[in-house]
Amino acid sequence: MTATSTERNAQGVMEFIDPVFTLSDVAVSYSDFLAVSNVNLQIPSMDVTAFIGPSGCGKSTILRSLNRTNDLIPGAKVHGKISYHEADLYDPKASAVEVRRRIGMVFQKPNPFPKSIYENIAFGPKVNGRPSKSELDVIVEKSLRSAALWDEVKDRLNDSALSLSGGQQQRLCIARSLAVDPEVILMDEPCSALDPIATARIEDLMIELKRDYTIVIVTHNMQQAARVSSYTAFFVTEVNPLGDRRTGKLVEFDSTSKMFSNPTDPRTEAYVTGKMG
Amino acid sequence: MSDLSKAGTSTAEGAWLAPSAHLRRRNFFQSIAVNVMRIGTLVTALITTGIIFSLIPPTIELLGEITTQVFGTTWAPLFLPPEFGILPLITGTFVIVIIAMFIAIPFGLAAALFLSDYASFNVRRVVKPILEILAGIPTVVLGLFGLYVINPGLVEKYWPIGESVGYSAIGAGLMTGVLTLPIVASVADDALSAVPRAMREAGFALGATRREVATKIVFNAGISGVVAAVILAFARAFGETTVALMVAGSYPKLSLNPGDPMQTMASFIGFAGIGDQPTDSTGYKTIFLVGSILFLVTLVFNLLGNRIISRFREVYE
Amino acid sequence: MSQVSLESKLSTKRRVIDGVFRVFLTFSIIATLAFILFVLYTLWKDSKFLLSKEIVTNFPSNDPNDAGFQSAIFGSIWVVGVAALVALPIGTLTAVYLEEFAGKRNKLTSVIETNIQNLAGVPAVVFGMIGLAFIARGPLGWGFTVGSAAMVLAMMILPVVIIVAREAIRAVPPSHKDGALALGATQWQAVYRIVLPSAVPGIATGSILAVSRAMGESAPLLLLGALSFVTFNPTGLDSQFTILPLSIFKYASDSREEFHYIASAGSLILVVILFTLNFIAIFLRDRANRKSRV
Repeated sequence: MTATSTERNAQGVMEFIDPVFTLSDVAVSYSDFLAVSNVNLQIPSMDVTAFIGPSGCGKSTILRSLNRTNDLIPGAKVHGKISYHEADLYDPKASAVEVRRRIGMVFQKPNPFPKSIYENIAFGPKVNGRPSKSELDVIVEKSLRSAALWDEVKDRLNDSALSLSGGQQQRLCIARSLAVDPEVILMDEPCSALDPIATARIEDLMIELKRDYTIVIVTHNMQQAARVSSYTAFFVTEVNPLGDRRTGKLVEFDSTSKMFSNPTDPRTEAYVTGKMG
Repeated sequence: MSDLSKAGTSTAEGAWLAPSAHLRRRNFFQSIAVNVMRIGTLVTALITTGIIFSLIPPTIELLGEITTQVFGTTWAPLFLPPEFGILPLITGTFVIVIIAMFIAIPFGLAAALFLSDYASFNVRRVVKPILEILAGIPTVVLGLFGLYVINPGLVEKYWPIGESVGYSAIGAGLMTGVLTLPIVASVADDALSAVPRAMREAGFALGATRREVATKIVFNAGISGVVAAVILAFARAFGETTVALMVAGSYPKLSLNPGDPMQTMASFIGFAGIGDQPTDSTGYKTIFLVGSILFLVTLVFNLLGNRIISRFREVYE
Repeated sequence: MSQVSLESKLSTKRRVIDGVFRVFLTFSIIATLAFILFVLYTLWKDSKFLLSKEIVTNFPSNDPNDAGFQSAIFGSIWVVGVAALVALPIGTLTAVYLEEFAGKRNKLTSVIETNIQNLAGVPAVVFGMIGLAFIARGPLGWGFTVGSAAMVLAMMILPVVIIVAREAIRAVPPSHKDGALALGATQWQAVYRIVLPSAVPGIATGSILAVSRAMGESAPLLLLGALSFVTFNPTGLDSQFTILPLSIFKYASDSREEFHYIASAGSLILVVILFTLNFIAIFLRDRANRKSRV
């Protein structure tokens, strides 16, 4: 059930029915450096939303603020308001641990733990409860199946995760994040370290997963954004009027088909047609 | 910058890439510099050779002379007739080293985890130098503290077993522990801090708490560095001389009661060395016999520890 | 969708373990710091009535009322100074050679590297033994002199100097050297003019730490007769000597309690010297780090 709505509010922000995230005037700074500012957007449920834009435009920064991964960087601060459904993500009463359990993340480079394949998947369920061995077996199999990795690894679950190929490792990381039953999966350039064949498999997987999960993906690869996402946000970097550092800014957010065929902003058009980057 | 023009003018026909006179001079200078440096490098090899050649001959000579039992219970090589039962030195060394590890491992690893995963940048910037200061406290000062504060203040008053004589293995063990704590902390912190941040973020992204990330992911990923830290600290404790000599005394008592005075292999060397043994005397050769054991044991542990560290670096750097 | 709550759903058990663990780590650090402070406080408390000019200017004496550390302080400066003059240049040169000139995948290089690492872990007292066998007696036969002691300490700190100097050299971005090479500098010129100047703060930090280690070391010189009653300052490499750590040792071993306080005063002097050296080293490193970060 895709949330389809093209309503726009007074600020011109595209509004969805029951969006997963609502960002209002969001800015992120690191100590005295403003990385990205003035972001207003909503992210629909059970769909794939892509963030694109040139390096340094703040798309990863915004992504990382969606599950409070930025909290881990000293000096990082999120301004404005990010709502997850109706709840304020940065409410003092909100727990970052709980936020991250609900909103999983897959990183740029595959980062399996130096443990067995089985233990990688079991880690999340184990810290989040006390599942029995048989419950764990079920979770591990289900997660690996969902990540289209089960058939390749079912006979060697006790091998080290580091023995897998890069593409398999990344699918393992996706399976690992599925194992704690999140609602959202954030993916930060998940294919940038992979070859084209492995990339294609991950893209297929994303399309598969959006039936059950909300996916937000940051990518440098515009074809990828066009292939997998329904909505696309385009960011640029601008010279900050307050200093000489550059600050990221959201230019345009719309359905992917519109963004790639008939964007409103000339900068978007320049970027998607390859004139700028 | 005149180098460039010279390079042009001095070039003979068909030899554009041949070195100019000036470059040849520079190359000559470089070769002198490199050879001087080679000699410097040679010095390090000489030191090791020197250690080995100073240890082996007296050790072998003495081994030929020893007629009493080597694994006996009386160590009295400086008496007449000398006795070489090495058991008291072995127990003394191990009792003190093990007590030291009971201090250094938990406190050192706690410090390492605190620094790598709990401390903010600013706290780290303060705490790390303080640990280095602790590492810089001279052994003789720790020995003095052990001898006149720990032994009378703690051991004499509270140690339940036996009669205190002013020296104790437990006092020496505690102070050796303090001495090796910074080694554990710094080597383990290096290893834990080298665990990629991506690994931590993956854990956090699964809803793990800081403690779970630190103990179940970071500690596991850095375990070989942690093991290396313990091994290197062990080797350091094993070779510590002054603290053992001052705090545990110089009586090689065969005992497992940490409240007793004891002698370690290293403190025997220090003790016998003070006595200015004439060359070729039994005492002199005994110093080298015990030194050989000390050298071999620490060598094995250091080799092991350093190998583990370099393996670990290959994985993460 | 119903109202979501992001409030923590950690089980009580998890929360308790997390809290206990944090307390344990913090306690360990605080206990360690408190211990350092307690040691220093004890030294000060036991010797504050002795702290005057005389404790530094007096020579060792059998009378606790005029016993001091002058010859020990001068002995330490002589021995450590000469050791530094020997070890620092050789150590730095060796480090430059290993980092910039020796073949990286060379078998011989890796043997030398392993050797240096192991030398750094050899117990200090063993260096005293080689000093006794070859320098004080044996082939060189220099006796129990400043020269012998300095050589022993130089051997002891050489591997440390090499290791820290290599780290400092390695920290210089290779692009700097590549730039110089691309301009036609020889390898040696690039190293001498570009790499070494950038590495100087790191080498200085490591050298100071190595020197302070030599200054505080006592065990190897036990074997070189430094635990003796010397009532004059050294005048040259062939002088008899004592050093600060061992004269502390000597006073501490005296059965009369008054001398234990003198040992505390000596410890305080030694600690002040070493902490000053360490602070300079840490300060240099901090400054160099900050510069390279910007």
